[in-house]
Amino acid sequence: MQFFGGSEISPSPPAPTVSGNNAHMMYVFNRNGVCLLYREWNRPLHTLNAQQDHKLMFGLLFSLKSLTAKMDPTSAERGNLGVPQLPGQGCSFHSFRTNTYKLSFMESPSGIKIILITHPKTGDLRESLKYIYNLYVEYVMKNPLYTPGTPIRSDLFNTTLDQYVRSIA
Amino acid sequence: MAAICSLYIINKSGGLIYYKDYGSGGRMDTNDSLRVASLWHSMHAISQQLSPTTGCYGIELLEADTFDLHCFQSLTGTKFFVVCEPGTQQMESLLKVIYELYTDYVLKNPFYEMEMPIRCELFDINLSQVVQKDRVVLLGR
Repeated sequence: MQFFGGSEISPSPPAPTVSGNNAHMMYVFNRNGVCLLYREWNRPLHTLNAQQDHKLMFGLLFSLKSLTAKMDPTSAERGNLGVPQLPGQGCSFHSFRTNTYKLSFMESPSGIKIILITHPKTGDLRESLKYIYNLYVEYVMKNPLYTPGTPIRSDLFNTTLDQYVRSIA
Repeated sequence: MAAICSLYIINKSGGLIYYKDYGSGGRMDTNDSLRVASLWHSMHAISQQLSPTTGCYGIELLEADTFDLHCFQSLTGTKFFVVCEPGTQQMESLLKVIYELYTDYVLKNPFYEMEMPIRCELFDINLSQVVQKDRVVLLGR
């Protein structure tokens, strides 16, 4: 894929792990917890309204991060539980799995959180999330009409994202 | 470092009833272990709410940067979870064995009060044997 500036952070998408579309949904949050993007491909069950759902998801990630920072068995100095941490500080997590879904999580140094929910049998998606972050940088951040911190309304980004997610999961 | 770092057992209301540390980076103090346990209980419940399909029973495996957390929930709501090195295999079967020990040496103990902290000598002895055996198996591979 050729991007405008010729930036070559991740020039080609990582190899697909499993064939067939089994991604359920995707969230993008900024560092203040604002949901910038919510995409849904296959979600039969809705327990809450959209806003409550986004809040619950952000809260879950925030708490899980403080939990993993506290439980980290490799470092003795772990601070106190529940103290907010900067992106990249402390031990974070990259995925969790339940019997019905797998959640993969990535946080950029600026605090952008990308969450992809897929079938529980999906493999490691860390590289794919990095690629999605790249798409975000190219199609959203480099768009001069986009105001940071507002929901993403870019058709180009959405179609590229849909295509890519269909190819990975 | 051992393959298993620590074991927690929490009752159906989120209270920590058993915590054992197997030589990781410093034992967590009592208050912190209680907090972590109840936090895990709530995160487990929230993960069921966020499921895209019906029939979700909560988090089974959490993969962090420096450890894996495997969780097993019994039918009565008691949760067993172990913290181990990333990529450690066969933790599900170890958790099942621990659950068996719990039913044999804790629940069948007439002096044990339900949902209260576990103080059973036989459980401790058998648990350390199982963990020891598990370590030997891991070292042998």
